[in-house]
Amino acid sequence: MDAFTTHTGTAAPLRRSAVDTDQIIPAEYLKRITRTGFEDGLFVAWRRNEPDFVLNQPQYADASVLVAGPDFGTGSSREHACWALLDGGFRVVISSRFADIFKNNSTKSGLLTVVLPQAEVEALWAAVEADPSTPVTVDLQERRVSYGGHSVPFEVDEYTRWRLLEGLDDVGLTERHLADIEAFEARRPAWLPKALPALPA
Amino acid sequence: MPKTLAEKVYDAHVVRSAAGEPDLLYIDLHLVHEVTSPQAFDGLRAAGRTVRHPELTMATEDHNVPTLDILKPIADPVSRAQVEALRKNAAEFGIRLAPMGDRDQGIVHVIGPQLGLTQPGMTIVCGDSHTSTHGAFGALAFGIGTSEVEHVLATQTLPQYRPKQMAVTVNGVLPEGVSSKDVILAVIAKIGTNGAAGHVIEYRGSAIEALSMEARMTVCNMSIEAGARAGLIAPDRTTFDFLRGRPHAPQGADWDAAVEYWETLRTDEGAVFDTEVVLDAAELTPYVTWGTNPGQGLPIAESVPDPAAIADEGERRAAEQALAYMGLTPGTPLREIEVDTVFLGSCTNGRIEDLRIAAELLRGKHIDPDTRMLVVPGSVGVKLQAEAEGLDRVFTEAGAEWRGAGCSMCLGMNPDQLEPGERSASTSNRNFQGRQGKGGRTHLVSPSVAAATALTGKLTAPADLADAPVPATA
Ligand code: SF4
Repeated sequence: MDAFTTHTGTAAPLRRSAVDTDQIIPAEYLKRITRTGFEDGLFVAWRRNEPDFVLNQPQYADASVLVAGPDFGTGSSREHACWALLDGGFRVVISSRFADIFKNNSTKSGLLTVVLPQAEVEALWAAVEADPSTPVTVDLQERRVSYGGHSVPFEVDEYTRWRLLEGLDDVGLTERHLADIEAFEARRPAWLPKALPALPA
Repeated sequence: MPKTLAEKVYDAHVVRSAAGEPDLLYIDLHLVHEVTSPQAFDGLRAAGRTVRHPELTMATEDHNVPTLDILKPIADPVSRAQVEALRKNAAEFGIRLAPMGDRDQGIVHVIGPQLGLTQPGMTIVCGDSHTSTHGAFGALAFGIGTSEVEHVLATQTLPQYRPKQMAVTVNGVLPEGVSSKDVILAVIAKIGTNGAAGHVIEYRGSAIEALSMEARMTVCNMSIEAGARAGLIAPDRTTFDFLRGRPHAPQGADWDAAVEYWETLRTDEGAVFDTEVVLDAAELTPYVTWGTNPGQGLPIAESVPDPAAIADEGERRAAEQALAYMGLTPGTPLREIEVDTVFLGSCTNGRIEDLRIAAELLRGKHIDPDTRMLVVPGSVGVKLQAEAEGLDRVFTEAGAEWRGAGCSMCLGMNPDQLEPGERSASTSNRNFQGRQGKGGRTHLVSPSVAAATALTGKLTAPADLADAPVPATA
């Protein structure tokens, strides 16, 4: 995973609420077994069917910060949604509320999710609609979103921030606690089920 | 300190806890399917890691599998490659796989309970958001992403933050013809698609206690549609009776030891929930969705809502976008909406009891000639059971199609899809845009509403059928 410290780019205003992960990337793109190359599936139905869709507008084509309505990333647990956003050039998604699994997945794949109050989302929408070339800086070190002389703090838990700043792999971190895992395993009741061997019905 | 059921299960699985860090939680069972696992196995290989506990891992093929010609190779080369990747990974890492054609194959959330691998008090994860289904047994079961799949394969643990606690209490008796699907659709309509974000839901109250295991699974299954990662129900006699004698359930003295523990798995008197929601079962009716998320649902007697009447700007815009996609006009009675396709199946409503309820309504009748009905059992086990009971003949004689087991039209990763503009009544869990095929329009319904709708070609409650036998509630 790439480390995330600070990012500056232009922003795309996605004025939709409850954007589910089926919209971010539909199921047919999930048949692939790679971890990259999902940009063609990103918001594909809206890109194809709605000429006015924000990402079809040339002024937002190079945006790397997505500013979405509340409840972004609901539905399916597909981490492909995070991969597609990254592959599509986004490093940050800003919303007033994220679905749990999406937010969790984002921290594992190096996509930063930033929660701002809805009023701040509206202000950012207005700013980037007035001037799509407005640079937006998302600073994880300082925990601030800044644009056009405006700067808003955001909250992120210390542990997640540290992991993202360092670009650390969770499995490696957990393996430091192998002794605790072994001690726990020694205490597990013997009657807990095992999938192997297969037992006849 | 008094604890909730979810807190008890959570606390019993904490491997390590340190201030300022997530807890490390032990995972008792990891379910794997072809879609969300290939990149995780690649990650293991790249790092030179193994699967820590192959015997606590169970894989099956479900999302991509065709429901016709199930003994032939999969025609779609991309789907086939994904299924073959799972077969290769399972063989290489020593994991049990129930492939197409196997007696244990089926939707991952149907086979866990069927095999008795799902038991009370366990932690269960899967790279699939509907893992919450297993919460019906009093297990803490939740969906994870592919990076987490890799983490569980490598370590049998997962870093987790303690969830908030929500109680959804449904008191009273469900009216006849009102099912557990209607209960959960009503809950989601009430609290919204992300209303339970950050929470684990415990479903409780007399109406929940009266439900069968299968009906409880339907409720827990859709917890994610309310934004909760997990939903659970305290195990009781109904749970134990369902489990007894299943292949992987404990036996003899182990059974007694297990039951003794399982009986402690209930929320203590005085335990505190962060959020509480209460519903009166007697007020519930069959629910159907009109929009493009599962929270956009109403009792079937209502009409398509008018966005102009919605005060909140965001919600109004969402309703407008939903109605434009669904091709619906405000004020149209829901009962007048005509459907092209009825889909009975999925991890929400593809179990034997769901098929029995629908078959009872269809027995000796014929579905509307302009409507097609797909019946897709949730697993090979369900399929064989239904065929033993003659339900397959009831469906085919009524004009429905009887298919092989899998996810099928729940998400259309196989050939079972809606055409653009086609409309379905579906017993699945998601009415998102394009979920059942590009441009397809989905109305979520219960199995009995699905069957009644197939008979008339319009959204119909079982009670609307003049000569309807009233089905048992589920
Ligand atoms: S039936 Fe549908 S919701 Fe359930 S696991 Fe399959 S695709 Fe997912």
